[in-house]
Amino acid sequence: MRIVVLVKEAPDTYGERFLDLETGLADRNKSDRVLDEIVERALEYAISYAEKHEGTEVVALSMATEDATASVRKALAMGADRAVLISDGALVGADVTLTAEVLAAALTHIGYDLVIAGDQSTDGAGGVVPAALSELLDIPQITKLTTIELDDKAVSGTRVIDRVTLKLRAELPAIVSVTERFPDARFPNFKGIMAAKKKPFEVLSVADLGADIDVLAKPRAIMTEISAKPPRAAGVKIVDEGDAGNQLAEFLKKNQLV
Amino acid sequence: MTDNILVLLDSTPDGQLSKSVPGLLGAATGLGNPIALIVGAGEHADALSAAAAAAGATKVLLADGDNTIYSTPTVDALQAAAALVQPAAVLAAHSDQSKEVVARFAVRTGAAVNYDAIDVTRDAKGIIASHSAYGGAFVVTSAVTFAAPVITVRQGVVEARGTAQPVVAEKLAVTPSGRKSAAIESIDVADAPTSLRPELRGATKVVSGGRGLGTAEKFVLVEQLADALGAAVGASRAAVDAGFVPQTFQVGQTGVQVSPQLYVALGISGAIQHKAGMQTAKTIIAINKDETAPIFEIADFGVVGDVFTVVPQLIAALEASGK
Ligand SMILES: Cc1cc2nc3c(=O)[nH]c(=O)nc-3n(C[C@H](O)[C@H](O)[C@H](O)COP(=O)(O)OP(=O)(O)OC[C@H]3O[C@@H](n4cnc5c(N)ncnc54)[C@H](O)[C@@H]3O)c2cc1C
Ligand SMILES: Nc1ncnc2c1ncn2[C@@H]1O[C@H](COP(=O)(O)O)[C@@H](O)[C@H]1O
Repeated sequence: MRIVVLVKEAPDTYGERFLDLETGLADRNKSDRVLDEIVERALEYAISYAEKHEGTEVVALSMATEDATASVRKALAMGADRAVLISDGALVGADVTLTAEVLAAALTHIGYDLVIAGDQSTDGAGGVVPAALSELLDIPQITKLTTIELDDKAVSGTRVIDRVTLKLRAELPAIVSVTERFPDARFPNFKGIMAAKKKPFEVLSVADLGADIDVLAKPRAIMTEISAKPPRAAGVKIVDEGDAGNQLAEFLKKNQLV
Repeated sequence: MTDNILVLLDSTPDGQLSKSVPGLLGAATGLGNPIALIVGAGEHADALSAAAAAAGATKVLLADGDNTIYSTPTVDALQAAAALVQPAAVLAAHSDQSKEVVARFAVRTGAAVNYDAIDVTRDAKGIIASHSAYGGAFVVTSAVTFAAPVITVRQGVVEARGTAQPVVAEKLAVTPSGRKSAAIESIDVADAPTSLRPELRGATKVVSGGRGLGTAEKFVLVEQLADALGAAVGASRAAVDAGFVPQTFQVGQTGVQVSPQLYVALGISGAIQHKAGMQTAKTIIAINKDETAPIFEIADFGVVGDVFTVVPQLIAALEASGK
């Protein structure tokens, strides 16, 4: 079985993140760039499955600029068998539907039994790419899962949305997305990091995918304006000396918050 | 002639329109003539149509749902509705129910998506969506290069409301697309919460608790303060991970993003991912034992202290003043 994990690089959420006020794109130079935490959890699931089921290949697929190589290589160090990075100048600033078109073409090029994605990315936070892929590839989607059961023929899982719990099941090939209820990812060890250097790492352009993707032929979402909000300033800070609760009550009353 | 705006409405398991609906129809009213689509209303069709009309829908299209096939029937219904009304925009909530449906509709019909809008307006050039990026640090507006945009709207943020309309409901004929879909093997609906506490999404006051509450039992303190203030209850991811409350309570980057008048953080350190979900609150109050906790950097009123002594005193003071 071949599992393709969709891995995305994102600005490290532990630091301040910036948008370039000229281009509206993520300002790569100002933030650390890492594999998004949720795709590490997706990878963790795929790699642990492969460890228990011989004959499973795990491929990490990403669409990003070439400087995402280091992040994608981490997927190999964690235990993915090979990586494919789709990188193309024509894709800078790609919106959701263009991203999905390119990833769909790449998935068709690679071949897959199961595609695993994160439920939503921390930078875009759209949470819609996996569903768009199911439509483009005409494969079933089971998304936002809190648990997965997988065998050679089918995948099933639980989706909990507010008060509703769904048990979903799909024949393979299918696409699933996982939530942060999945276990934390392993840290790559030294052996993994060394092994990653020898694993196949392909960087492909849109033309290499042999797909007919015309960026301008379809409507695309574009940013029209962008502005930074002034950062919030700290207000009063008191140390409790036995009456902080009363002082808080006063503050709330004074500000008409009760 | 006014443009038609097609609005996909979410409903709850007990046959009510979702809380996102009034804002969605309000946003749509600002753009044109709001026509609602409700899928799978079943026996609740009349009540839901009436509620949609009351919230501003000039027409309600009703399509059958299917409790055995996941997602695809709603995408097919949206496609049929769009073919019928030829909308100038398609609006839906940025909810787990709807955002995937409209994304599939968009790639199926070749439309572009502006997602997670906090406001939708129209200027001379067309329809524009505003977004709050990176937890409110940036405000971005977006549009589409041509054709009708598909826009998802963050739940509970749009203040505009539509005007009540006479009920005009119509059954929508849908041809199933036959796209490969997951099967729904079971649906379990938990009982509606019995408390009268407001819902977190869109709440005007929120009291959240973090790992500092220690245990699920002691987390009750958060609920007590919330009830004293008439606030919704939220939590940090650490509190969710520790099992104090279900995931639906999580505030932050990967949880619910709130913009209340008042946000009270109890025993929460203020990790950047938590702030991303609450830093646009009007007034922020934080109580934390650790004077270096980052939450104090954005708090309007910070108390360095123990939640288990400060909060009971606060509740007592609020009760004493009759609140
Ligand atoms: C990709 C990603 C996404 C994330 N998304 C989210 C998200 O959506 N929401 C979120 O919240 N987090 C999120 N996190 C996690 C985040 O980084 C923090 O781990 C989390 O917010 C910490 O929760 P906490 O403040 O409750 O716990 P801690 O950081 O452990 O803080 C507990 C605080 O309680 C204080 N305390 C302890 N006892 C008391 C007492 N008796 N009285 C007063 N204070 C006390 C301590 O001083 C401490 O500051 C995300 C992380 C990543 C990597
Ligand atoms: N450019 C990309 N490259 C690889 N995977 C992606 C990309 N964009 C989105 N994904 C996948 O889709 C998931 C949801 O992303 P989003 O819809 O952007 O919130 C992510 O967690 C990834 O698994």
